[in-house]
Amino acid sequence: MFNGKKNKCPDNIKIEKKTQNDIVIALAGNPNVGKSTVFNELTGLNQHTGNWPGKTVTIAEGNYIYENKNYILVDLPGTYSLMANSVEEEVARDFICFGNPDLTIVVVDATCLERNLNLVLQTIEITSNVIVCVNLMDEAKRKKIEVDLDKLSSELGVPVVGTSANTGKGLDELKKIIDTNISNINNKVININYDDQITEEIIKVENELKKDNKDLINTKWLSLKLIDGDEYLLNSIKKYINLDFFENDKLTNAVQKSKDNLANIGLDKNKLRDKIVSTIVKQAESINQKVVTTNPKEYNSRDRKIDKVLTSKLFGIPIMIALLGLIFYITISGANIPSAIIADFLFWIEERLMDFFLWLGTPAWVHGVLVLGIYKTIAWVVSVMLPPMAIFFPLFTLLEDLGYLPRIAFNLDKLFKSANACGKQALTMCMGFGCNAVGVIGCRIIDSPRERLIAIITNNFVPCNGRFPTLIAVITMFFTGIIISPLQPLLSTIILTSVIVFGVMITLFISKLLSKTILKGIPSSFTLELPPYRKPQIGKIIVRSVLDRTLFVLGRAILIAAPAGLVIWLLANINVGSSSVLSQCANFLNPFATFIGLDGYILMAFILGFPANEIVVPIIIMSYMATGSMLELASLNELKTLLVNNGWTWLTAVCAMLFSLMHWPCGTTCLTIKKETQSKKWTLISILIPTITGIIICFIVTNVARLFGLV
Amino acid sequence: MPLLQVPIKSKARIKEIAIDGPIRRRLLDLGLIEDTIIEVLQKSPFGDPIAYGIRGAVIALRSEITSNILIEKV
Repeated sequence: MFNGKKNKCPDNIKIEKKTQNDIVIALAGNPNVGKSTVFNELTGLNQHTGNWPGKTVTIAEGNYIYENKNYILVDLPGTYSLMANSVEEEVARDFICFGNPDLTIVVVDATCLERNLNLVLQTIEITSNVIVCVNLMDEAKRKKIEVDLDKLSSELGVPVVGTSANTGKGLDELKKIIDTNISNINNKVININYDDQITEEIIKVENELKKDNKDLINTKWLSLKLIDGDEYLLNSIKKYINLDFFENDKLTNAVQKSKDNLANIGLDKNKLRDKIVSTIVKQAESINQKVVTTNPKEYNSRDRKIDKVLTSKLFGIPIMIALLGLIFYITISGANIPSAIIADFLFWIEERLMDFFLWLGTPAWVHGVLVLGIYKTIAWVVSVMLPPMAIFFPLFTLLEDLGYLPRIAFNLDKLFKSANACGKQALTMCMGFGCNAVGVIGCRIIDSPRERLIAIITNNFVPCNGRFPTLIAVITMFFTGIIISPLQPLLSTIILTSVIVFGVMITLFISKLLSKTILKGIPSSFTLELPPYRKPQIGKIIVRSVLDRTLFVLGRAILIAAPAGLVIWLLANINVGSSSVLSQCANFLNPFATFIGLDGYILMAFILGFPANEIVVPIIIMSYMATGSMLELASLNELKTLLVNNGWTWLTAVCAMLFSLMHWPCGTTCLTIKKETQSKKWTLISILIPTITGIIICFIVTNVARLFGLV
Repeated sequence: MPLLQVPIKSKARIKEIAIDGPIRRRLLDLGLIEDTIIEVLQKSPFGDPIAYGIRGAVIALRSEITSNILIEKV
C-alpha cells in the first residue's frame, strides 16, 4: 500500500497481503514510548517506509514470522489521541478503522501510564481487537513505579503484555499473545461510561444505524462520532468504504435530533466534545489509580534535578553550546589522526595506480580521468568525511537517545517565538546537522504550515555533515595551524562552534524577516513534551549510527563524487581555445566572485558541488592543480600551500566558510523541499534566500576588511 | 487566576481552558481537563515557556496558552 512506485489508487490504504494467511497488525502509541523500538525488535531489518497516500506522513511497514505465520506490522505515527486533531492522528485513526488490521497493539509507557491510557481507551472504543504492550518496564522498575499488568488487563478487558523493548525483554511473550489472540472475538472489552444523556442519544442513533446493517465499523462508536459531528471521520468513511451517511435521511434526522437534544441540556458542539474527551481522561485516571501503585506524580525527581541544571537560566544556554562544542572537539581531535592515516593510505594507492598506468603505457588522459579525476575525488571524500562522520554521528545519536534534544527546543523556544516561529524548529535544525534533507522532512513535526515553511526555508543555515568537514579543513589550515597539539582542536572547536552559532543567529533573523514579509503571521501555540531522560544503549547507538547513517551518507557521497570527479576533470582538461572550459567559466565568474571575497574557481566549485556539498573542496583542488603545478596532496599542509599559491588569504578562507554556511541547498535537499512543500515557488525561495543572504554577508565582510586595509 | 501566574514548584487545579480550536483539543488530549491538578516545574532559560507536570508527563507550554488557562490554588 505505501509503496509509491506501484502508483496504485491513492485512497487504498489496505495492506497488500502476500497470501491470505498473512496477518496485519497495527502499532499505535504516544510519541516517546519506544514504539519504534518495539517495531524494530520485532521486524529486524525486514522493513520499509513509505508515505501515507496523499499525506506527508511516513509509515513504516515490516514483517516477522512466528509459528509459520507471516505477520505484517504497520508502525503508525506516534499520537496522543485518535480524535484527528492533526494529520498524524487522522492517519492513525483511519488505519485502525479502515485499514482492516487483524489486531491493533497500543504501545504505552509504563512510567507515564495515565496519559497513555487515553489513547488505549480511544482505540478500544473503535475496536476490541487490541493488545496493550506496556513498554519501558525496566525504566519503571528503576523509578519504583509498579504496574499491575493482570489488573490492567482485567480493567481494560484486553490482553496486556509488559516489555522492555530496548533489551528485547517480553517480546517473545508479545508474539505469543498476538498469535493466540488473532482470531479471538473479545466480548470482555471495557465500555467508556458517558453520561446518561449522551448514552441515551448514542443508542437512538445506533438503532437507526443498525437498520442499515453495515457491519463495517463499531456502530456505537460511529454513532457517537455522528452526534459529535466529526467531519474528518465522515469524509474518511466516504473515501475508504464509500458510504455516505448524508444520503440516509432517517439517519441524518436522528443524528440532528440527538444533537438538538444534547444542545438543549447545555451540550452544544464544543461542550460535547470536551465532555467526550474528559470522560475518557477521567476513566484513564481511575484505571491508573487502580493499577499503578507508586504514583509517578513526583515527576521523577532525578530528571527534575538534571533539568534544573540543563535548562536553568544561568547554565542552560552555556551548557548547550558547551555540549555542542564538546561534540565538535571530540570529532575534530579524534578525526585528525585517522584522517591522516586514511589519507596517507589512499594517496599511497594513488601513486601505485599512477605507476601502474605508466607501466601499462596508457595515454595521459586515461590515468587523468581515472586517477586524478575519479579516484582523487573519492579519496578526498573518504579520508576527509569518514572519520568525522564516524565520530560525530554516534555522539549526536547519544545525545538524541539521552532525551536531550527536546531540552534544546525548550531552551531556545523564546528566541523562536520572538522570531514568530516554532520552538520545534530547533529540533529540525539539529536534524540538519546530519543532513539538511532529513531536517526538511523533520519539519513535519511543526503543525502550523506557516511555521513549517519557515523551518524548511532556513534549515540550510545549519551546516550538514557534507559541509562541516570542509569548514573544519579550512579552519585548521588558516586559523589554528596544522601542527597537531592539544590546543589546536580546542581552538578549531571554538571557531567552528562560533560559525554554527552565527548560523543559528542568521536562522532566527531570517525567520523573523519571513514572518514580517512573505510569511506574515503570529506564532502559533504548541505543546512540547520533555520526555524522561533515558539510559542510552551504547552498543546499539554505534551500530545504528555507523550502519544507518555514516555508511549510508558516505555511500551516497561516493556515488555522487565518482561521476562528479569525472565531469570536473573533463571540464578542467578540455581546452577550448587557449584555456580549459573550467578556467573559462571561472574567469567569467571571477569579477563577481572577487566582489564577495572568493574567486572564480571557488564559486565554480560551489556551483558544481550542487549534487553534494562534500565535493566542493576536491573541485577547488582539482581546478587549481589543472591550472597550476602538480602536487601530491597527502596533507592539509600541502593543500594550504596550494591554496595560498592561488591567492587565498584569511579573508578568502572566511568568505569560503561563510558561503559554505549560506548558499543554495544541495540537490537532494532541493528535491526534498519540492516534495515536502509541493510547490515550485517555495523551493525557489528556499534556494534564493540562503544564496542572497550568503552573497550579502560575504560582500559586507569583504568590503569592510578591504576598507580597513586588513588584507 | 491564570496558570501563568502560578509560582514555580506550586500546584494548581485547572478550572477553565479559555482557548478554542486545535490547541484546546491537544490540551484536553494531554489530560488537561477541569479539576486536573497541575504542577509548575520549571522555567526555561529565557523565562518562557514553562514546564508543567501533567498526569505524570512533563509538558512545556508557552505563555499565550498558560495566560488563558484559569486555575484555582491548591
